[in-house]
Amino acid sequence: MKELLTLNNFSCGYKDGFHITGINFSLAEGTFTGIIGPNGSGKTTLFRGISGDLPISCGSVVFEGKDLSMFTLREKAQKISIVSQFTETAHITVEEYVLMGRMPHRKPFQFFDKPEDIDIAHHYMQLTNTYRLRDKSMTELSGGEQQMASIASALCQKPTLLLLDEPTSHLDITHQMKFMNLIQRLNDELNLSVIMIIHDLTLAAEYCDYLIMMKNGKIHKKGSPETVLTYENIENVYDTVVVVKINPVSGKPVVFPVSERKLKELNKR
Amino acid sequence: MQRKKLMWALYALALLAALFAVVILSLSFGEISIPYKKIPQILADKESMEYGVLFYIRIPRTLLGFAIGGSLSLAGAILQGIYRNPLVEPYTLGISGGASLGVTFAIVAGLHLLNILFLPLAGFIGAFTTIFLVYTLSLKKGTLSVNRMLLIGVMISFISSSLMMFLMSITAAENIHGIVFWIMGSLNESNTTMVWVMVVLSVVCLLISYLFVMPLNALRLGEEKARHLGINSNVTIRILFIITSILTGACIAVAGVIGFVGLVIPHIVRLFVGSDYRIMLVSSFLSGSIFLILCDIIARTIISPNELPIGVITGITGGVVFIVLLSRSQKRSKLLQG
Repeated sequence: MKELLTLNNFSCGYKDGFHITGINFSLAEGTFTGIIGPNGSGKTTLFRGISGDLPISCGSVVFEGKDLSMFTLREKAQKISIVSQFTETAHITVEEYVLMGRMPHRKPFQFFDKPEDIDIAHHYMQLTNTYRLRDKSMTELSGGEQQMASIASALCQKPTLLLLDEPTSHLDITHQMKFMNLIQRLNDELNLSVIMIIHDLTLAAEYCDYLIMMKNGKIHKKGSPETVLTYENIENVYDTVVVVKINPVSGKPVVFPVSERKLKELNKR
Repeated sequence: MQRKKLMWALYALALLAALFAVVILSLSFGEISIPYKKIPQILADKESMEYGVLFYIRIPRTLLGFAIGGSLSLAGAILQGIYRNPLVEPYTLGISGGASLGVTFAIVAGLHLLNILFLPLAGFIGAFTTIFLVYTLSLKKGTLSVNRMLLIGVMISFISSSLMMFLMSITAAENIHGIVFWIMGSLNESNTTMVWVMVVLSVVCLLISYLFVMPLNALRLGEEKARHLGINSNVTIRILFIITSILTGACIAVAGVIGFVGLVIPHIVRLFVGSDYRIMLVSSFLSGSIFLILCDIIARTIISPNELPIGVITGITGGVVFIVLLSRSQKRSKLLQG
């Protein structure tokens, strides 16, 4: 397996503020990685460090064997696409929005979209079920639909690595599953590497090959879902009591929360 | 896609036709009315009095209206794009304040008596000092903070208008008239070289800014998203800011303060052609030219033989049209979105 992304003793953060420190991990091409951890543990900061939105204070990011700081913004945008937690919208149609994803592949002084660009945009709009919305304004869409358009736009960049920041948080369970299945299919068919920040531990276990668990700006545990999602780790990181069982169909861990009242009742017995 | 291109071509053609029509109007209206059919004939006959009127008065004035209106509107369209704020116009950034202060200082010091060209020069220097101040004060560890820039611009406007009042309060009464007259703005420019410089400058700036239409399109989604799409938003914003500064500084130096064009015209254009900068920039430029030439026709004919300050007309017509459009409810949200 070829190495895609390696972080060596990586630190970054906000000026005079929150920092993540000593991050080390290495991902092979085609891995579906989940980043988990409580709010404020540094998941998004890690993303912003990789995407270049935050300055790296120490360590390095190596992407496809080359230091990421050597890439120009345009080269980076041809390789890595990022879907943020909140979709920035403007008064433009969904089609125009998705076509923006072709920006890094445009030639300088190319004012009009090539037929090829439009074909690619339509393909990914169909895949994300946003083709039917193509003439609507982005601002008229629901949160979930915006998210789908945002994914379509990110895929138009034809990336090798897709970074997704909590993509399922606005979605109901149907759309959540559809979304995760879509990402899994892209991961399988195009060998697209995915790193996803995700709050739902059960979903993370079901879909991800590799999990990175963060706590207080550091990696608490990393590895396969089975090794990371033990009840000890979860209780330690999230400070909550849970029960972990195995999904009888997929054999992956499932995390069950336990309510406070139930805990008190159990303790009395 | 094909449909969109066709629409864009139609918009551009319609605006060019309208521009042609206003230019003809502007050439024929005035103290001496010249029927449009006779214009080619008059231009051939260099001896006639009408030739003098056209060649030395109306043509420079119309050209200046084209250049100033286009430049101000273009600058407004670009600034609203890079700041993602619908209320920005060339003058919100304190540029007009600085220029006015420069001119006031020149008049109070009596420099305009030495050479009349000192006035536009003082305006230009004032405009550029402000831009330099706004720019350097907004730099925070090498990155440009957009909101800071706006606030500093507004503050500099206040400071310079106070300084101007101070200068006006200590100077002789006849100077005050000159200052007020300059601030009100006018397309009356006797120096033909200056007119041509302005025309060339405005068209060159339009062409340069057109190279940035795709980055501007991406910036509609915010600086961060634009960066993720491979756009160096920092460099783009800087270059575009410098272009708008040059345009605004030159406009003020040549024609004084003509408000409202830069704010209102890009908005109205956006309502009709949409927010895609590939068509927006050209349309804003042409519409600005049309609007200012029209306003100038009104300004110099309505109380003829006297002339109203053009700022009065741009303010009133621009403001009324804007409010009417804003109250047409189905488009209101689109307008406010920017």
